[in-house]
Amino acid sequence: MLRRAGCSSLDELFQCIPPPLRRAGALNLPEAGSEQEVLARLEALAARNENAAAMDCFLGAGCYAHFLPSAVDALVSRAEFTTSYTPYQAEISQGTLQAVFEWQTMLCGLTGLEVANASLYDGASATAEAALMALRITRRRKVVASAGLHPHTLQVLRTYLRALGAELRVLPAAADGRTAAPADLCDDTACLVVQQPGFLGVVEEIAPLAQAAHAAGALCIATHSEALALALLRAPGALGADIACGEAQSFGVPMSFGGPHLGFLAARREFLRQMPGRLVGQTEDSTGKRGFVLTLATREQHIRRERATSNVCTNQGLCLLMATIYLSLLGRRGLAELARLNLAKAEFAKSLVRRTPGLSLPLSAPTFNEFAVGVPDAAAALARARDAGCIGGLDLAPFAPQLGPALLICTTELCSRAAIERLVAALAGVQ
Amino acid sequence: MSGAPQGGAANAAGGLAYEEPLIFEQSRPGRRGAELPRCDVPEVDAAALLGENLREDLPALPELSEVEVVRHFTRLSTWNAAVDLGLYPLGSCTMKYNPKLNERVARLPGFAWAHPLSPAAEVQGLLELCFELEGFLAEISGMDCVTLQPAAGAQGELAGLMMIRAHFEQRGEPRSKVLVPDTAHGTNPASAALNGYQVQTVASGADGVLHPGALKAAMDETVAALMITNPNTLGLFEDHIAELCEIVHAQGGLVYGDGANLNALLGVARPGDMGLDVMHMNLHKTFSTPHGGGGPGAGPVAVKRVLAPYLPTPRVQRGPDGRFAWRDDAPHSIGRLHGGHGNVGMLLRAYAYILSLGAAGLRRCAEAAVLNANYLLARLRGAWHLPYDRPVMHECVLSDRALQASGVSTLDVAKRLIDHGYHPPTIYFPLTVPGALMIEPTESESLEGLDRFADTLLQIAEEARRDPALLHGAPHRTRHRRLDETRAARKPVLRWTPQEESA
Repeated sequence: MLRRAGCSSLDELFQCIPPPLRRAGALNLPEAGSEQEVLARLEALAARNENAAAMDCFLGAGCYAHFLPSAVDALVSRAEFTTSYTPYQAEISQGTLQAVFEWQTMLCGLTGLEVANASLYDGASATAEAALMALRITRRRKVVASAGLHPHTLQVLRTYLRALGAELRVLPAAADGRTAAPADLCDDTACLVVQQPGFLGVVEEIAPLAQAAHAAGALCIATHSEALALALLRAPGALGADIACGEAQSFGVPMSFGGPHLGFLAARREFLRQMPGRLVGQTEDSTGKRGFVLTLATREQHIRRERATSNVCTNQGLCLLMATIYLSLLGRRGLAELARLNLAKAEFAKSLVRRTPGLSLPLSAPTFNEFAVGVPDAAAALARARDAGCIGGLDLAPFAPQLGPALLICTTELCSRAAIERLVAALAGVQ
Repeated sequence: MSGAPQGGAANAAGGLAYEEPLIFEQSRPGRRGAELPRCDVPEVDAAALLGENLREDLPALPELSEVEVVRHFTRLSTWNAAVDLGLYPLGSCTMKYNPKLNERVARLPGFAWAHPLSPAAEVQGLLELCFELEGFLAEISGMDCVTLQPAAGAQGELAGLMMIRAHFEQRGEPRSKVLVPDTAHGTNPASAALNGYQVQTVASGADGVLHPGALKAAMDETVAALMITNPNTLGLFEDHIAELCEIVHAQGGLVYGDGANLNALLGVARPGDMGLDVMHMNLHKTFSTPHGGGGPGAGPVAVKRVLAPYLPTPRVQRGPDGRFAWRDDAPHSIGRLHGGHGNVGMLLRAYAYILSLGAAGLRRCAEAAVLNANYLLARLRGAWHLPYDRPVMHECVLSDRALQASGVSTLDVAKRLIDHGYHPPTIYFPLTVPGALMIEPTESESLEGLDRFADTLLQIAEEARRDPALLHGAPHRTRHRRLDETRAARKPVLRWTPQEESA
């Protein structure tokens, strides 16, 4: 092979690299390991992480422990899905393309909006991309965001906006935890961003926020960190949101320490040309048979370069497939019932908290599957929960100091009644 | 199609080549593919709790049994080309084999069920993995520090340029321009624009690489950075790289490296040693994490010390006691880029890959990738037009110029390759080569596999001369014939609606 390639040695293959730039010695890396050795190393590392497979998990806050039906992993493990790439060559990528088209359809149904894209990195960057989209549409320079956004989403939004020199204003929350509609949106506001449910679990009133945004000529963006709520709460599109975005990890995607997850974005049809990311559309082949292709690529970086709507190229294709399979398995009734089951678990947990001395519910607004709990000492409560086999929720001190010592507790269908009772007793210090 | 059942009764296009309607078209009220656990707490009145906010309609999802869902997606999978089915020579995408061990590792409960907000003390294994992987990537790239947060190469570019922007703002000398060679990936200019930079394209020379003279003419003190891909998208090593970096540095600028083609350099040469200041690495290309039909990827960014203060937060650190912690006390940081800690499920696959290969294995990987590309080039020389006929690194670029007399285009060749059982190469890129076919065989292909592919390309060149219509009409052997992309863009249909079913 070397001879045919015109070289006499492997080193000669690299003759186009000037000699001073070639590395003489080996890289300082561990020696190669056999499959058995590498697996053992990784198993040892995995064993040193608390996880929701071994403990009862009450930690949500943007990443949720939901049951994963076996069929999801079995199907996405098929190498035809796993080891293919972006479906540039439509005739031999119809599996991926049809699944994306199905995802776009499901997402439109869930959000009550007309067009949806083929995923973004995660909920935080999807929210940032939605805000950038609003800046382009309105040609304005300012983003107003509710303090109820997940703090990491808010941070990522700030990072993206700072790079463009756009302004970010954060709206404080009312005492009950919800975002009050601002009366003073200035005429340079591109969008008002609200999270549903908010980071502290409260169900926001989207309609008045959308009205306030529209009155100022701005768009309303509804972002989500717990997408399962879409099956229980009125669709953002029906409440006046122009763009719905967020994180759909709850639809069958493993927590995996925060990624890879599934950013989504849906919008009203009039904003189609300003959408970021890949879109799949229906077409026909030369014999008239229905098929699917990547479309409207003139928005994208590989065609439009510096004038593209986004720099996104690789997205979260396989996570999108997990969600599409998950939603197909659950179906319209299953998903709605699952959302109600989550609601019932949370209401049961709240009822226990209400009657447990030392614990309190500091926010009065309605919630979905997550809520804040006042405790005498957050660190001590979490330590007791851990002793009781529970990942006991999030210490809110860095995120919501106004609540005093408090935890954010999440109950999904994985939390049994007995586990909830055990958690509440542990938080209160009841033996 | 003759002999195939017609109309709604069609199950298979032929043998086991199944037809499969959209999942919504198979929905039957009342079916479901997953049962819920019984409710062991009191039922609640959702309307009383949520009032006006309660959704009245059920979400528009299909209703199918588990076996129906499994068959649907299994059938869809059979319509995809994939690395595990055969050569997938998509240039600049490095479609190498994805070891199965990595998939097993990612599913270990201590990784797959770990929560990103668990206290650092409770997830020491994951923090140690991230810390070690940062070290591996710094060593491989020749840089000082690494962030694992960016979820893909393009987000890595964004992060790198944000750090460059922060660097100049911190020095009180904001700059306005980014230089990009004409061979660059489209993400480069798009990422620059997301940082408010003007993009100026610099022409590469007749030999396909960027020349110091051209760069000097464009470089001044308004330029924040040169973005460069090395090897470039023609598969050529930018052999003036050291001088190019000096020219940029002399005017106070920085050099950004697009690491999409790092596979060619593993263990052979390091971008940091060439003078680059910051670069991203695509773990789904160089480090074997699967491409997943379009992601998820991972795009860690490595920087020299000069940019370390601007790295995204939080950062993983090892304390004097050997314990790991998250630190976010970096006042000049560009901030956070990811809601979690990056695509950790991909990071740990790349970590397992590096452990499996070790230093010697990574170098062998670059050697085999470069040998394969040069071997292929040698086999095609003469029959195909080679716009830059010189030794290449990991990929080579052909064009359709020699076929133009017969009216055959690169698109026709790509579609004909499908008939022969191959995923086509990247086409019409880089933009500097009209009708480009960019081929990256990777190290995963055997000599026999390369010969078969070369024979096929030679045969297609012959077919183009003998029977151009055969290529214009390709693909002939697929479930779908050539799909009409113009139609899709002219009247976009982006979701299924029940009306269409009845139409």
